[in-house]
Amino acid sequence: MAIEIPRIELGDWIESGLNYLTSNYSGVTRGISAVTQTGINGLNDLLMWLPEWGLMGLIALLCWRMSGLRLGIGAVLGLALIWNLDLWDPMIESLTLVVIATLVAVVIAIPVGIAAALSERLYRVIMPVLDFMQTMPAFVYLIPAIPFFGIGSVSAIFATVIFSMPPAIRFTTLGIRQVPKDLIEAADAFGSTTSQKLFKVQLPLSLPTVMAGINQTIMLALSMVVIAAMIGADGLGNEVWRAIQRLRPGDGFEAGIAVVILAMLLDRLTQSFRKTRKS
Amino acid sequence: MSEKRPVKIQVRGLSKVFGSQPMKALELRNQGLKRPEILEKTGQTLGLSNLDFDVYEGELLVIMGLSGSGKSTLIRCLNRLIDTTEGEIIIDDENIPTLSTKELLECRRRHFSMVFQNFALFPHRTVQQNAEYGLEIRGIDKAERTETARNSLKQVGLDGWEDAMPSQLSGGMQQRVGLARALANDSSVLLMDEAFSALDPLIRKDMQQELLELQHRMKKTTVFITHDLDEALNIGDRIILLKDGEIVQIGTPEEILTAPADEYVERFIEGVDMSRILTARHAMRPVRATAREDDGPRTALRKMSENGLDSIYVTSRDRKLVGLIDAETAERAVKEGQQTIDSLIIQNFRSVAPDEPMHNLFAMFSDKSFPIAVIDDERRLLGVVVKGAVLAELAEAGDN
Repeated sequence: MAIEIPRIELGDWIESGLNYLTSNYSGVTRGISAVTQTGINGLNDLLMWLPEWGLMGLIALLCWRMSGLRLGIGAVLGLALIWNLDLWDPMIESLTLVVIATLVAVVIAIPVGIAAALSERLYRVIMPVLDFMQTMPAFVYLIPAIPFFGIGSVSAIFATVIFSMPPAIRFTTLGIRQVPKDLIEAADAFGSTTSQKLFKVQLPLSLPTVMAGINQTIMLALSMVVIAAMIGADGLGNEVWRAIQRLRPGDGFEAGIAVVILAMLLDRLTQSFRKTRKS
Repeated sequence: MSEKRPVKIQVRGLSKVFGSQPMKALELRNQGLKRPEILEKTGQTLGLSNLDFDVYEGELLVIMGLSGSGKSTLIRCLNRLIDTTEGEIIIDDENIPTLSTKELLECRRRHFSMVFQNFALFPHRTVQQNAEYGLEIRGIDKAERTETARNSLKQVGLDGWEDAMPSQLSGGMQQRVGLARALANDSSVLLMDEAFSALDPLIRKDMQQELLELQHRMKKTTVFITHDLDEALNIGDRIILLKDGEIVQIGTPEEILTAPADEYVERFIEGVDMSRILTARHAMRPVRATAREDDGPRTALRKMSENGLDSIYVTSRDRKLVGLIDAETAERAVKEGQQTIDSLIIQNFRSVAPDEPMHNLFAMFSDKSFPIAVIDDERRLLGVVVKGAVLAELAEAGDN
């Protein structure tokens, strides 16, 4: 005789929870939405206002100063290709989304990472949450984003922040925990307060690790921003998405290559920042 | 030991238990159980057990023991980097274990600076910024702390290195920075945790010597931790021997060497106790100057002051030892206008043959501080032995 085990209605619970949030906190989400949209538009407009060659020059200069001539030349060639393929505007849109999502993620992640490093209890709570955030398939975040923030770029940012934040938190925590015990002891022995210890010893010493985390966050943000085209985010992802729908592999690869170029530039640039700070 | 000296830190009944049920462990301790039994019965480690000692103002106190003896725990209890389980640590009427967090910060800033075994320099700060650290967190203004840190760097011989990063320096130099960082703070007590143990032997000897000179100059109360008996004998005014978290013996280096409190100390000093093999010849130094028996007191006095001596041996024309005259007596004779010194010569010094075993020399130093004369069969003066030389020679022999 089979025992009837009732199905756990996990999905229903989550849905009613999300519904509750959307109906009761729509004011909040709408506020966030408005602010974020303004930020996106502002940055977009600024970057688009610059002539293509002007922005190209600026980025190349930055790459040259931060890393070297090779990256500078690479930046010029890569961006010129994107311009030539008529993907300049979508590239700017993607860049905007990445920059804003990364900023939000880092602003949240660093304090959380510090807190988790200093409090064992918080550490034990946060780590499984991070595992959850990172292993949950990225697409899933897109679904609740829509009722919260509507279709479009703000939802994309919301999903991107959640998806890309964990490495910044993890690396911050790791960086601070990796500070050698004898240095902490030395700081204590001279009578440092907790905040003196944090700002004069722990944070400066964990900076390279924190920067590695931010680099990871940027990379994840870029990959998520592309996926977020599925919920109407603008940018290179949108080009890919359209190519899929029309079954045009050529267009798809063109946009894909533009994503790769953008990713490489962002990666090398943030890595070089990390190295300069280290030496 | 009987003389009364001003006490800087008073430690009374200090115990430390590592584990979650410290009281249970102390209860067993009070029933007379020792560390291994307590660990077996309760899972608690008795780190320190009921320590009583004083740290005198201006002395260099060495706490020595093997690893696991509790010496690192002890030094960290003094400035409460480790919380104590019971007992008092009193410095200037403040009982450190009961201070609030804020008072403790203040107390650490005022009283303690620390030098660490692996230097613990801040790698992201320059040498100068490292030396400034203690002053910086106390909120001392930039100009003053720059000046103070610069001075303490100069004291340890690092002027010109202010802008270097610690990673550019050798181990010995890094530890000088560590020392400068501690000195800049001008705290009343210097804690040195195996400060020289990570250095190679030659540099270590130099650093010990420099520490002695610094200490002599500044009279800073210093607690020095080491696992190395040679080092302890070389630099310590007094030594506390620690074993399994308990004090085995407190005493001057001579007392430890000549009158080991128990078998443990005896075994400990066995490695160093070359005193049975070494003889007076090893420790003796050439005589810098002697007076002749037909010299006047004025000449004798001049010979002493030229050579920085407090007393001088008097020899006959054929270099045979006649006796000894001290500066005070000679000075009096000059004032009184005496022309010869033969009436002033005293005999209450010790003289030994060059093959006298060194351990016999310790006891001879206890009464009077005249150097011991080393003479041959015909009473010719070969050299003198001073107290420091005996210990230095032993320490060296222990190394080899």
